[in-house]
Amino acid sequence: MRDKFILLGHGSGGQMTGELLSKVVMPAIYDGGPPPDMDDATPATLPHNKICFTTDSYVVDPFIFPGGDIGDLAINGTINDLAMAGAEPLFISLAFILEEGLSMDGFKSVLGSIRKASSQAGVQIACGDTKVVPRGKGDKIFINTSGVGAAREGLVVHSRNAAPGDVVIINGTIGDHGIAVMSQREGMRFESPVVSDTAALHTLVSDIIDAGVEIHVMRDPTRGGLATVAVEIAEAAGVSIRLDERAMPISKSVAGACEILGLDPMYVANEGKMILIAPERDAEKALKVMRSHRLGQDAAIIGRVLERGQPKVTVTSSVGGVRMIGKLPGELLPRIC
Amino acid sequence: MRYIEEFRDGKLAAKLEQDLVREAARLARAITLMEVCGTHTMSIYRHGLRSMFPENVKMVSGPGCPVCVTPVGYVDMAIELARTPGVIITTFGDMMRVPGTSSALQKERGAGKDVRVVYTALDALTVAANNKNNEVVFLGVGFETTAPSIASTIIMAKKLGITNFSVLCAHKVMPEPMEALTSGQLKLDGYMCPAHVSAIIGEEGYRPIAGKYGVPCVITGFEPLDILRGVIMLVRQVADGRAEVENEYNRVVLPEGNRKAQAILADVFVKSSAVWRGLGPIPDSGLAIAPKYEAYDAAKKFGIVEPPSRENPACVCGEILKGLKGPQDCPLFGKACVPENPIGACMVSSEGTCAAHYRYGAGALAHA
Repeated sequence: MRDKFILLGHGSGGQMTGELLSKVVMPAIYDGGPPPDMDDATPATLPHNKICFTTDSYVVDPFIFPGGDIGDLAINGTINDLAMAGAEPLFISLAFILEEGLSMDGFKSVLGSIRKASSQAGVQIACGDTKVVPRGKGDKIFINTSGVGAAREGLVVHSRNAAPGDVVIINGTIGDHGIAVMSQREGMRFESPVVSDTAALHTLVSDIIDAGVEIHVMRDPTRGGLATVAVEIAEAAGVSIRLDERAMPISKSVAGACEILGLDPMYVANEGKMILIAPERDAEKALKVMRSHRLGQDAAIIGRVLERGQPKVTVTSSVGGVRMIGKLPGELLPRIC
Repeated sequence: MRYIEEFRDGKLAAKLEQDLVREAARLARAITLMEVCGTHTMSIYRHGLRSMFPENVKMVSGPGCPVCVTPVGYVDMAIELARTPGVIITTFGDMMRVPGTSSALQKERGAGKDVRVVYTALDALTVAANNKNNEVVFLGVGFETTAPSIASTIIMAKKLGITNFSVLCAHKVMPEPMEALTSGQLKLDGYMCPAHVSAIIGEEGYRPIAGKYGVPCVITGFEPLDILRGVIMLVRQVADGRAEVENEYNRVVLPEGNRKAQAILADVFVKSSAVWRGLGPIPDSGLAIAPKYEAYDAAKKFGIVEPPSRENPACVCGEILKGLKGPQDCPLFGKACVPENPIGACMVSSEGTCAAHYRYGAGALAHA
């Protein structure tokens, strides 16, 4: 493939598309292994009847950022959506919308990340599609995925299951992904660079399930951050939740960047974090199993579910004051002063 | 994170809370203090400090959020410029959602206009340098805290000969509206004076408020321990029957302020009357671009004038900014005016009185 850039012809459905698929996409994603059938649909066998099905789109700018790129973000994000339902991820579909003029090297590096993330996670890229839009009609690269996972028998995980007496646990530091992307976008430099936490959480979830933790809720606090997810859980379950800022793991760089940008880290996006809500009696067990996993070393109890009634989320601040929090109202905008 | 964690120490905060309770017990009656600055409002909200204030010490939020007090007419001018072919609007992020008469900048951006969020005015100058065929307009909004950096950018633009850059100027200054509020119907027992504004202007500007009107003033830092200490100092002044200008933030604020920044402001700007959303026009409370830099004055460059502000007549944000009314007194609140579609200033900013009240009801910020 001699082309240095994506051209409109690569999305024509004709010979150039065929070449892009056979010479760039397939070798990158399947790495010599057997690619899926090139017909219109892939037959797939499921372990049993109950599946979980999810879809997501990825439009991040810049598409390559410290700690990852849009490729592993798409795979990990889709896996995490399945994992948060307690499902074992099996198949992922992959649809690209490329902008004319995207650098071929950039595209190849995204494909490489996709292969690495999917093979590490043991999920199959079952089908895909590539379209090219004219320059200026897209933003370099968009990815849409769907994911199919096998639901675990007898496991019912849902935000409405949060109950008074439960603890709220997170598997590590907050805000890393959002700050990594924002700092790249704004050309900010930190003493210790902030890298995205993009990661597939399904093995961590498996460990928690296998340890016999009674899981009420699992959520991944992506856009809108921890605060927004906490409010969604409170509303779904009709409970009040009290979080403790002092217990929230946060890296010094992220905390510093948030101070500079005037952002509240609780609203900043994460891509490798999960909120686990479980009865207090299982808290120690959950913490122990999470901390023994590489994606849960900084796991901490960051709050409690208090009572049924008016849904609300309050936070105890570092100085012991209490405030209410709501969902992220719009875009995350830096404050003026 | 040095100089941040030290000022958020829970043990010290608990001690200050006890001190505050002790001082408040000396008060003969319940008092009302005003934090003038939006960043104080945000810090009080973010650190849950209202829940730590005694029942007889009420804090109301003043008109010190530069975005919240930007009048509808200014936003309309910015939108008019955004719709002008070849113009790129550059702005600080939180101006994006501020409502004009019929639109907001984020809606304009959604409709395809070139509106870009920048972090500094210098970034806007870079946009101008990189887009020679466009006119780049920066929305100059803010108090003495931000105005010097915008002034420096204008000086820099002139020095570099960048001619496709201009500022739509709505800068405001601080002590004047405080004096306007003090001489009005509002009965305040003390002012928590802004930290960063004071770093520029020093202590002098507040003397008339303490001297002439007998209202205690304490210049206070933005960290939670600063704010707790500032409240203690204000309560102590009231209990002692004193009205002075005190400086809690003396690690940063010098009595004379920042002379260099003052000189830059005096070079680039001249004092002018300014319209404050909700408060109306206040003499000498604004900064206009001085004649020698008028080539960088977007209003002059594009020949636009601020239309008379057509606020929604039902909106009571002005009374709320003065601490006279609450969100529940507004007929628009929660109906036409919600955080996703703010009409008044107090709903724009996430820590605005109405936005908080909308989400959590009457007890939003106190004793949650």
